[in-house]
Amino acid sequence: MQNPYLPYPVRIDEIITETEDKNLKTFKYVFLNPEDEEKFAYRAGQFAELSIAGKGEIPIGIASSPTEKGFVMFTVNKVGLVSSHLHAMQVGDIMGIRGPMGNSYPWDTLKGKNLVIIGGGFAFTTLRSSIIYLLDPQNRSDYGNIDVIYGARTPGMLLYRDELAEWEARDDINMHITVDGTDDPDWKYLTGFVPTIADQKAPPGDDDTYAIICGPPIMIKFTQPVLDNNAYSHDHIIMSLENRMKCGIGMCGRCNIGREFVCKDGPVFTLAELNKTPKEY
Amino acid sequence: MLGYIDKIREIAKGILEDKKIDMVIGFRQGSVPMMNEPCIIRHPDDVENLVWDSHCGINLANYLAGRTEKIGVIAKGCDSRNIVNHIIENKISREQLYIIGVPCKGMIDRHKLADMAAGEIVAVDESTDSVMIKGADFESTSPKDDVMQKNCLNCTHRNPVIYDILAADLVEEQTDTDRYVDVRQIEELSVEAKQRHFTDLFSACIRCYACRNACPLCYCPTCFVDESRPQWVGKGQDTIDIHTFHFLRAFHCAGRCTDCGACERACPVGINMRTLTKKLEKDCAELYNWEAGLTIDTRPPLDMFDVSDSNAFIK
Amino acid sequence: MEIIKIKKDHLATGLDALKKSYQLFGPVKKDSCHEFKRLEQDEQPDLNFTNTRLSPKALIYPQSETMFTYSLDENAEDAHILKEAVKTDVPKAVIGIRPCDADAFLLVKRNFDAPDYKDPYWLNAYAKTTLVGLACENPHKTCFCTTSGSGPFSEQGLDILLVDIGDDYLAKVLTDKGAALAKAAGWDTPADSDSATEDIECLKAAAEESISSSVDTDHLKELDTTALHQAPFWEDAAFACINCGTCTYLCPTCWCFDIQDETCGAKGTRMRNWDSCMFPLFTMHGTGHNPRGTKKQRVRQRFMHKLKYYVDKYENGTLCTGCGRCIRACPVNIDIRKICNQMNHYNPDTVEEPAS
Repeated sequence: MQNPYLPYPVRIDEIITETEDKNLKTFKYVFLNPEDEEKFAYRAGQFAELSIAGKGEIPIGIASSPTEKGFVMFTVNKVGLVSSHLHAMQVGDIMGIRGPMGNSYPWDTLKGKNLVIIGGGFAFTTLRSSIIYLLDPQNRSDYGNIDVIYGARTPGMLLYRDELAEWEARDDINMHITVDGTDDPDWKYLTGFVPTIADQKAPPGDDDTYAIICGPPIMIKFTQPVLDNNAYSHDHIIMSLENRMKCGIGMCGRCNIGREFVCKDGPVFTLAELNKTPKEY
Repeated sequence: MLGYIDKIREIAKGILEDKKIDMVIGFRQGSVPMMNEPCIIRHPDDVENLVWDSHCGINLANYLAGRTEKIGVIAKGCDSRNIVNHIIENKISREQLYIIGVPCKGMIDRHKLADMAAGEIVAVDESTDSVMIKGADFESTSPKDDVMQKNCLNCTHRNPVIYDILAADLVEEQTDTDRYVDVRQIEELSVEAKQRHFTDLFSACIRCYACRNACPLCYCPTCFVDESRPQWVGKGQDTIDIHTFHFLRAFHCAGRCTDCGACERACPVGINMRTLTKKLEKDCAELYNWEAGLTIDTRPPLDMFDVSDSNAFIK
Repeated sequence: MEIIKIKKDHLATGLDALKKSYQLFGPVKKDSCHEFKRLEQDEQPDLNFTNTRLSPKALIYPQSETMFTYSLDENAEDAHILKEAVKTDVPKAVIGIRPCDADAFLLVKRNFDAPDYKDPYWLNAYAKTTLVGLACENPHKTCFCTTSGSGPFSEQGLDILLVDIGDDYLAKVLTDKGAALAKAAGWDTPADSDSATEDIECLKAAAEESISSSVDTDHLKELDTTALHQAPFWEDAAFACINCGTCTYLCPTCWCFDIQDETCGAKGTRMRNWDSCMFPLFTMHGTGHNPRGTKKQRVRQRFMHKLKYYVDKYENGTLCTGCGRCIRACPVNIDIRKICNQMNHYNPDTVEEPAS
């Protein structure tokens, strides 16, 4: 019997400080046992437990794409005990990864559809995974138009800035990058809150268009009415939730919203599904 | 105590009708023998649901902290002393409360009574001084003193120390009682014997925290045992962690504990953790001539400093 | 299915024989209560009990259990890598477990033995444990097993059911595991099958008759989850609750846990400990946000999980076997029977708005 609580041992291969407040770092990991990488086959939107012996585990969305081989990547906000310890770790340090976990974005349903991807702040990690996956030459033709609306407080708080610039230059993806405000005279993208930009830039909703939203609760709260106004039906609005987790496999009992476990039945739900559950997230 | 309920209902109805308060916190009939359930009464018509007997041992002061309404609260001697604590510690204001004082002659220890019974107790009937229990095939009567909560047996503040109205005449206080027989017995033990005593005392603990949560003093938003940064205490069943929880909790209650017995009463596995809090109560009495919860005008000794302190550290 | 007759004095002999190949556990009286504990070489279970104060769930699912070990010594080759903790493989047998508590393991198994994930700790412990039940002839007034999918003579989840018929026990052997245990114990006197079955049926009917307490569960499945979740009665139901873990820790069907690392020097263990939905920390996010931050939300979660979410998820009854421990032990008299009936008969269309 495979022990689902046993992490795969990994080595930290690279650490990138993402944001100007230095609270977000991206960690690239390499599996110590190459066969573990195959076992860790994942889809964009899934997450994993990062495990540090002596400190514990934290559930973090997978920021790398299944199309990127040889490493897995996570962007971690410094919040609690484990993430603070992780931020102090060095390239070459050994730790563990347990997963992949959760259900991913519904890639089969989304085939042939237009996508509007809406992200805010540091909740852009699984969206990066999704964009890299979608833009892969193997996959791009499977999907329709792609619009990305991504905002942060300031230019320095945006994640993956180099990649954002690359995507901006492409013609097979429409980027709408925004910040709440900036005094940077060289800022060449948008200014304004994500819900406002979504109202201006999101294509109108129809049967062939899906929205994926990932962001802080306040952003979601104000973006949802915008999508409602733009005729997105609730089963075409896809959201990724977070809750406190321990096991990640639907057993320890804490992350449930009604009968569903965010860790196993989610973290991705349609708004139509969420309307039927208690709002305990 | 048996006749109190009519008066309690009358008072509760009056203050609800006069809108002096928004709600009354009291007890309603329990679903099992020897238990009543704390409840809120908001309408004058519902005061008939209130009950009062010797099974009202739960400390209702535990239900006050942080509430914003105007509350009528039914208070025995010990509840009233914890209300004093809460007022001193700014958990509730005096103006918010209408205290219905209930002079108390002691509450029944349901575990003790169950232990004495020849089978499962299905009905209990109390008179002034005795308690009759009935089971499927037995019936027996005990003097109340034999089945009272341990803390009630030598309680020296049966009458409420603060109230707006009394539900009955004050009762005679017990003055010739020795509160610390059990504490002295432990004090006299050798270090090793003390260690054994406490290891045995807490061996059944399942860390459900019923003692802490039943205690009106334990209102910290995050208890030290739940802190993760730093994590003071391990979360497993290690003896040292369990002892750390009980000992530190007792210290946090030093100079505040009124020996209301809520902790011991709540414990599902019958641990008498009151021996710890009573030791600290004794120390506070001996070192500072202090009894907790008697007046809202004086802060507890461990809550302030005094240049006339007898200990050297202050100088 | 075979029925064996065991003379009461042969029970002890058999149990002594079993100690050679099994770790035996049984109810033992300490102070005024019975608890399940390991039976030492010269120790016999005390079967003169109604039920134990704590449920026997800890025999399969310990309150605190080591999952992994690790070393933080940088010189060690496997520093920072978790290694599986070594577990004993000795078979266990539980003597005198009540049918409701054996039933509870089956309810919990649905969680730990999911189609997509298997919990190795729980499943291994369960697989190597033989459950010898003792039919309940004198239930508590707070027992309501007969309306909770179980019963005083329920055979579900048991390997053997013992029935006390005075001078003898009748042992209904229910599984191969049970047959192996009976053989190892030397219990091999077949009972007269027809009369034994009749005796058991007669006692069973009397025991079921003596269960005086019940819950209504017939409408739980059809109720709308969000409407029930928003029902006004939760405020009143939760008021007395002090959010301690008594009900969840005593409950044979509560399974929630926490995972913790503990390091001593350079060595450490990752362990899991029982946790409780009553505790605020259970659901607290790293940011401080808590989706079940209030007492009412936590009380509602406990009852909704047992009596609605579980019912909907597995379509196989409630997550409760009616053992009544939570009712007997609750420090403030929260009674699951009352709340279950409130839930079951909840009608959002007729409910009066609570006065402000």
